[in-house]
Amino acid sequence: MFTQTADQDLLGNTTAQYLAATYPPARVRELARQDETFDGTLWKQGAEFGWTTPLVPEHAGGGSVSGNGLADLLAVAFQFGRHAAPGPLIGTNVVAAALGRWGSARLHGGPLAELLDGGATAAWGHSPRTGRRAGAQVRAERSGDRFVLDGTVPCVERGGPNGYLLVAAGPDSADGDGAEAGAGSRSHFLVPLDAPGVETAPLDGIDLTRRYQAVTLRAVTVPTAARVGEPGTADEHDAALLDIGAVLQAGEIVGATHRAFELTLRWAEDRYSFGRPLGSYQEIKHRLADLRTQLEASAAVTERAARLVGTGRADARTWASTAKAYVGRVGPEAIQDCVQLHGGIGVTYEHDLHLYLRRALVDAQLFGTPAYFTERLVRLVEAAVDDGGRAS
Amino acid sequence: MITVEEFAARARTWLAENMPPADPATADFFLTATQRPEAEELARVATCRELQRRLFDGGFAGLCVPVEYGGQGLTPAHQAAFNREIRGYDYPAEIQASTFIPCLAVLLEFGTSEQKLRHIPAMLRGEEIWVQLLSEPGGGSDAAGAVTTATRDGDRWVLNGSKIWTTSAWYGDWALCLARTNWDAGKHAGLTVFSLPVGAPGVDTHRIELVNGSREFCQEFLTDVVVPDHDRVGDVDAGWGVVTRWLYHERTISGGSPYVTGSGNRPNDGPYEPRVMIETARRLGTIDDSHTRDLIGEGQVLALVTRALVESVTRKMAAGALPHHAAAMCRLFSGTATSRRAAIATELCGGTGVVWAPGEEVSAQVARGYLVRQAACIGGGTTEMARNVISERLLGMPREARADTGPFRDVPRGP
Repeated sequence: MFTQTADQDLLGNTTAQYLAATYPPARVRELARQDETFDGTLWKQGAEFGWTTPLVPEHAGGGSVSGNGLADLLAVAFQFGRHAAPGPLIGTNVVAAALGRWGSARLHGGPLAELLDGGATAAWGHSPRTGRRAGAQVRAERSGDRFVLDGTVPCVERGGPNGYLLVAAGPDSADGDGAEAGAGSRSHFLVPLDAPGVETAPLDGIDLTRRYQAVTLRAVTVPTAARVGEPGTADEHDAALLDIGAVLQAGEIVGATHRAFELTLRWAEDRYSFGRPLGSYQEIKHRLADLRTQLEASAAVTERAARLVGTGRADARTWASTAKAYVGRVGPEAIQDCVQLHGGIGVTYEHDLHLYLRRALVDAQLFGTPAYFTERLVRLVEAAVDDGGRAS
Repeated sequence: MITVEEFAARARTWLAENMPPADPATADFFLTATQRPEAEELARVATCRELQRRLFDGGFAGLCVPVEYGGQGLTPAHQAAFNREIRGYDYPAEIQASTFIPCLAVLLEFGTSEQKLRHIPAMLRGEEIWVQLLSEPGGGSDAAGAVTTATRDGDRWVLNGSKIWTTSAWYGDWALCLARTNWDAGKHAGLTVFSLPVGAPGVDTHRIELVNGSREFCQEFLTDVVVPDHDRVGDVDAGWGVVTRWLYHERTISGGSPYVTGSGNRPNDGPYEPRVMIETARRLGTIDDSHTRDLIGEGQVLALVTRALVESVTRKMAAGALPHHAAAMCRLFSGTATSRRAAIATELCGGTGVVWAPGEEVSAQVARGYLVRQAACIGGGTTEMARNVISERLLGMPREARADTGPFRDVPRGP
């Protein structure tokens, strides 16, 4: 679906083979009945393929196979979507990117190395505000050479038992809307999830293999070294991380849609009704043409966003927002149309379509809805219009 | 060969010194364009010819056309770089469609060397504007059902029939024309392509008025029009093979043709530009309304995704990762996206989209665009045809059952 280098193809193909062997649909259904879906050995194997390194600079222990780590990771995210695979791919990579970019080798080299080699996973405690419903609200107070953190993070992905949480916290706990709101009093903190005072409560949800939890921090004491980046930079950094997260989520949705479309195209060939293959009806052909076009458009905008975000281009935020706004809306709808084209079998648990529908919808709704990213795009356009107005 | 970077740098300098800035008045989006008085239209045509001549003299015409036919023999990457550099400048946007695609592209593929030497340099110099005599009043999307007839008479042909939906025919110079040369052969096997001057004796051109006031399209009546055999393009009765490529090149107007200068047909999106939509919403006091913002965002998302799709499909086709039929995805997406954007702009305008104070040009443009909106999904091959191409050619689904086999003479036709 994407135009990739030979090395990126290799990364994608290796991931595809590995996920197909370790997480076939039957295994995904087994995991659905289990509270714990994380497998540390399998995750470590993935880290060896290069699932955790692309967003981290070489000097910090990471490395890209193409010079654009996000484009590398897009090939992996696509396969995670295609296989509805478990594993905290997005959270771990987003946090690794933050540590690689803004962390210090001396203070954060240890945790980063654990993330890179798959020995630990990480969750990103950011969720953009939607309406009046707040995202994470964490207060950080300085106490001598330590910080004391209090607050709640409503939803993060649960990774391995050895995990970290990257969360923005400040003297006032109100959640800013990233750099867009011009906040700037909050800083990022890296909190080990087994630190005293960290309470987690599992959440229910529709994804069969990914588990989510709410995190409450009660007087969690961390050293000053737990702060990542300059003081007051968390909102600006969260906005940059949101671009990365949006691209990876869009990549998973494209993968999930790709798989659902593939199943549907085969169904249209194999299924006969009224003595004709389903795919010989023009209505069905036209629906599949629309789906194929939406899939191509979704892949195109996601790839473009990965190219620009991954190389730090000025219009990267516009394209990341566009990708999540478009793919997040179109992907789940396209899979629902695949269900419709299947008829009754499409709404059974036995059929695989729902595995991909679940994954696509989770990616669409978490860490900023398509509506959120649409509004984000409009704000960027407004800012550009006003800039243009001043310049002329 | 000059590298793309060096070429782009040279183009940047040359454009700054030689081309005028884009004039917003001539840069209307096709759905919402104002119909100007005929004298003004003809003046613009003259400007287009002059600008094309300047491009030619500067070495920037026909970048992907072989040098022997007056082009530059460069690559699509050079054309893409030039298209980026020319943003903000006026250029002969109006003659890209028809003259360069499909006509120049078809001549390059099927013309004799004499035909190519005679016409292609003249096209690149702005001296010959070409039009397509393809659709017929009884045909719609079924181009192969042409009933315009060419009868052989020694070393010349005599054409009779009618063609429709011809852009620019009222001021054009030459035309490609599809005609039936054998009524006893099957539908696709009895067609031949000819080239002829639009002003040839027996060609009667009428302008058609659309619901937005546009009079750009024409209908022609051909009565005993004589075409010498050396103006035939491709072999006798082999016209469908030519038309297949003709239609392919026509579809690339959505983007990605190596023969088109500029980013698509027009340099801006008129009232669908996000700047215009935001200014409109601010003027109407609705900019803080979340529904308004969602509409503006949706319109801009569609515009950007169209751009990404066209760029990506073009690149994949060039690399052989997608067959050329994939261009139908660009046609389908840009058609439906444009149609939706027209609806969005109309909804944003509210009452002022249907009733407005004299001189409120944005309202007038939006209203015109809405009325003629479906043209975006009809012209240049309907979106239904694009869906057939995608499903049958790209996805390999079963072809539609045919009722038009056997000698064309016996194929059922409407009254």
